[in-house]
Amino acid sequence: MNTTVNSASSDQNNVPAAEYSLAELMVVAAAEAFRHDGEVLVTGIGLLPRLAASLAMKTFNPDMMMTDSEAYILSEPNPVSGMKTQKGQKQETWMGFTRIFDNVWSGKRHALVGPSQVDRYGQANISALGGTYEKPKVQMLGTRGFPGNSISHANSFFIPSHSKRVFVDGECDIVCSIGYNPARLTKGRKLEDVDIRYVITDLCVMDWKGPNHMLRLLSVHPGVSVEQVLENTGFEVHVPENVPVTAAPTVSQLEIIAALDPLNFRAKQLADNPAGHRR
Amino acid sequence: MNKVQSAQEAIRHIRDGMTIGIGGWGPRRKPMALVRELLRSDVKDLTVVAYGGADVGLLCAAGKVKKVVFAFVSLDFIPLEPYFRLARQNGSIQVEEIDEGMMLLGLRAAAWGMPFIPTEIGIGTDVLRFNPQIKLIESPYDDKEWVAMPALPLDVALVHADRADARGVCQIKGPDMYMDEWFVRAAKTAIVSCDELVDTEYFHAGDEARYVHWERSQTSSVVHIPGGAHPTSCNPFYGFDMAHFKDYNQSAKDGGFAAYQQKYLAGKTEQDYQNAVGGLEKIRSLALPVY
Repeated sequence: MNTTVNSASSDQNNVPAAEYSLAELMVVAAAEAFRHDGEVLVTGIGLLPRLAASLAMKTFNPDMMMTDSEAYILSEPNPVSGMKTQKGQKQETWMGFTRIFDNVWSGKRHALVGPSQVDRYGQANISALGGTYEKPKVQMLGTRGFPGNSISHANSFFIPSHSKRVFVDGECDIVCSIGYNPARLTKGRKLEDVDIRYVITDLCVMDWKGPNHMLRLLSVHPGVSVEQVLENTGFEVHVPENVPVTAAPTVSQLEIIAALDPLNFRAKQLADNPAGHRR
Repeated sequence: MNKVQSAQEAIRHIRDGMTIGIGGWGPRRKPMALVRELLRSDVKDLTVVAYGGADVGLLCAAGKVKKVVFAFVSLDFIPLEPYFRLARQNGSIQVEEIDEGMMLLGLRAAAWGMPFIPTEIGIGTDVLRFNPQIKLIESPYDDKEWVAMPALPLDVALVHADRADARGVCQIKGPDMYMDEWFVRAAKTAIVSCDELVDTEYFHAGDEARYVHWERSQTSSVVHIPGGAHPTSCNPFYGFDMAHFKDYNQSAKDGGFAAYQQKYLAGKTEQDYQNAVGGLEKIRSLALPVY
């Protein structure tokens, strides 16, 4: 695989693409979350988050680290589709699970995760939904590494279906990760210790830098209105005076994404694979 | 010293109400043949500590489990473990749900003979709300409160290794040993199944000893079961059996555990099981997963 873009073609292709899918727009928007991360381990859980991390590493943040999702850090990200064997991958450092925790607790990591619920405090849930804790209505994964990740390093959220079912009124059914909730702080901890960065959804990009760590709208995707975002969020979102439109992928970004995903698995991630510009 | 036992002999170490730890991770290198032997036994009321997959699901479905200590139970490419899910949604098991890293700390504390290890993991989350037995403590060195992650001592650990000798020298050559070392060290009795039983001389060659992750004094029993991790992977020998996992997952929707049990477990030896899934040669030819 050779996805290196030389400067000449890069200049020529550094223009917004005319056609792109919503999945590709979300990948490009999510990649921005890692632009200023420098030398941290980025973990994108799921195909589109992993593509976003790979794109960032291949373009504006070459210092980033990624793993093979198994046991090695790679000098160059593996493609997300079409790979028959991991033999010959560009591995540079052994990174078994015990060492992943050493990295997590060092803080030099940024995870892009896809929780099932997110609340006004930026707390997230992947464990279970509804019912009681003894007998949940829907058992999901369990709390996994969310408690440790959220208190140790930066986290961003990737939400493929922006709705009130995800962005819930009140607290999450099960709070798996620490958020900006003063009521849950223990002695000696500050809200400023928490580092939740970006939220990339199918409607918009947001962060938690509104007043008192409120969720704040940063940009709406092409063809999406601010009202649509507010209607589909179960709690108040801070809307700045000026809300730009999310930047479209450039031609060269789409080329790199295509090279990282030669079998176009990205087209199967969102229902009906919608176009990036909802006209 | 000869620690070689049959699976049946080894599993007799496990008695009603014990706490057992199971090595591996999700669908990766689980001591499944030992788990199947446990399913054939009369043992019940177990507390199971695991980075769970079908091991936990099967034990729950078979009614062997009182409580699961877990951070996740998942088959990875099938994210939700069907039988664990049913057990939770029926309210038929107790749980102690903790963070993946907290589990590692709990096992380390047990291995080191300490009552707890301080950490900040869990602060701000329901892990502390649902586990009132996990206490916050003051630090003698700063003004913060810390989570005192209690030790997770195990009566018995079950793990699967690539190779072992009769004295309990165990080798794992796959890319990751997961937390197996810590399960073994946290346990009073560690039962290790292995794909290959080798002479001690095997470890003398080249850098073979580099892939031995605990001392033989930690190994209690060695059980030789080629293909013993099936349907989970034992990289580099074989990958996981995707088709079998799909069948397993579907069984939870169709005939229920009774149907799966009838097909693969009831009145069947491990040899019968392997024949039912296509034989050892087929297991050994399962392609390694690509992530």
